[in-house]
Amino acid sequence: MSSHIKEKGYFQKRKLRKNMVHLFLLPAAVLYGVFQLYPLISAALNSFYSFNGFDRDQFIGLKNFIVLFTEEPYKGTFFNAFKHNWIYFFVTVFTQLVISLFLALIIHSKIKGKEIFKSIFFLPKLLSVIVIGFLFSLVLNPTRGALNNLLEAIGLEELTRPWLGSMDTALFSVIFVDSWASIGFSMLIFLAGLQAIESEIFEAAKIDGANWFTVLRKITIPMLGPSLLVMSVLVFIGSFETFEYVYAMQGSSGGPYYSTDVLTTFFYRLAFGTTDGGQSIGLGSAIAVILFIIIGLATTLMLLIFRRKDFER
Amino acid sequence: MKAKWYVQTLKYLVLALFTFIFGYPIFLMIFSSFKSNMEIFTSPLSLPSSFSFENYAEVWEVVDFSSYIWNSIIVSAASVFIVLFVSSMAGYYLARYNFKWNSFILLFFMIGLMLPMRLAVIPLYMMMMKLGLLDSLFSLIFVYVAGGIPFAVFLFYGFFRTVPRALEDSARLDGCNDFQIYYKIVLPLMKPAISIVAIVNLLNVWNDFFYPLIFIRTDALKTIPLGMLTLFGEFDTQWNLLFAGLTISSLPMLIAFIFASRQFMDGLTEGAVK
Repeated sequence: MSSHIKEKGYFQKRKLRKNMVHLFLLPAAVLYGVFQLYPLISAALNSFYSFNGFDRDQFIGLKNFIVLFTEEPYKGTFFNAFKHNWIYFFVTVFTQLVISLFLALIIHSKIKGKEIFKSIFFLPKLLSVIVIGFLFSLVLNPTRGALNNLLEAIGLEELTRPWLGSMDTALFSVIFVDSWASIGFSMLIFLAGLQAIESEIFEAAKIDGANWFTVLRKITIPMLGPSLLVMSVLVFIGSFETFEYVYAMQGSSGGPYYSTDVLTTFFYRLAFGTTDGGQSIGLGSAIAVILFIIIGLATTLMLLIFRRKDFER
Repeated sequence: MKAKWYVQTLKYLVLALFTFIFGYPIFLMIFSSFKSNMEIFTSPLSLPSSFSFENYAEVWEVVDFSSYIWNSIIVSAASVFIVLFVSSMAGYYLARYNFKWNSFILLFFMIGLMLPMRLAVIPLYMMMMKLGLLDSLFSLIFVYVAGGIPFAVFLFYGFFRTVPRALEDSARLDGCNDFQIYYKIVLPLMKPAISIVAIVNLLNVWNDFFYPLIFIRTDALKTIPLGMLTLFGEFDTQWNLLFAGLTISSLPMLIAFIFASRQFMDGLTEGAVK
């Protein structure tokens, strides 16, 4: 091929070489376009159709959304799951922002063995979410589980309960397992943020007689603004995308009695779990669109805030 | 200024408490995998009375663990390698050539960063069905590659922009073509970006459960996380086997972490912040 090109004129060769450059972009663009962007757009369009099996049947406008919001049993299930996603978000914000920041501050201060503590706290992040889910389904087992056994061993029998089996504690247990797995990683992000703050600022504040809490409130938290923002948005996205922990510990119907059901498990049941004449695929797609909008808005908001920060500098 | 002794003590107490909270479940998983089912039941919290690998041998027998591991390795290796290759080229293209449509292309990749891909799983399922890829490892590889590309392209794009152009210009004068410049001159400077992309994708792919759950039916084609579902479905009372299975599936990443803990922690942190 190269000898064939050499026979041609210099400019033609240049032009060919220039066009060859687009080959750099092509594989990534095609793979991503075909296996991600197209399915995303198709998923959004599906929400406006009725279905026959897995095939589009008729364009029905917003009917899927109307059914989802007004007709039982879909309406009740949807809002029940939606509520759980919000609870998930609010509890995880506390665990991931407050506990992680607290741990990051301790590790950032003058202590020995920083690296060891960091590594141990990070360990859960290495495990598969499904492995963590299954592991804790054993740990939280009412009779044989380690948690209840541990509580008995230290004389706190009255605290033992069927953590995953009771409607009062099931959702919180799932959220705490999720937090257990994610706190170490959030802590690392805060540590990276803390390390970026120049130590002179803290020295100056100390010389001015500021106490620990004032430094935290007036310097550390404002300076950590970007990390806090990233974490909040990641937690928000995670809370609406969550699936595996619920699936592993409570099954695809979010047991007991739907007390841990979230939008993704409802979506999964509609898309792959039930057969009710094809309506469920359209309804599942409507849930996907609602989640696209919720998550897309959160991400856009974060990007916009970052833009503004860049301009201010 | 010296920190007060009781403040220091309190800090270590808190750290010890959290070391227990984070470390104990993993520790429990590993040491329970050496116990018999009876021993787990009678003394759940203590160390195993003897270290026997019986559970491992048995779990290897009752489920097709060697296939699960093999499938996980193939899917992870192929996905990570392809993501690295195609995304680094695309990032290079976007950083180095000033075509008019570059900002449009960045936006095109941005959409994938912003929207949760797993919600597009119904069209993906239909597509795989039509392509005849359902219930094959290719379906997983394609999905993981496509899912990994947007993040990797942006990361490489950011890194390539920091490389001075003078280097490439002199290589061009020496007669290198565009691909040789990318491959021989610029890519070797990209080691930090490559390790971030590789680690982020490796962890995602190796640990993913969602796509195998949807795409894979044949037992011999399951990856480790989906294999765990089989194990938990069939042997839910034999906790010795369950703990052994959980330990086997976690061990590869835990061992990798021992050898490259810095790279794992830095890679994931930078991956999230960038």
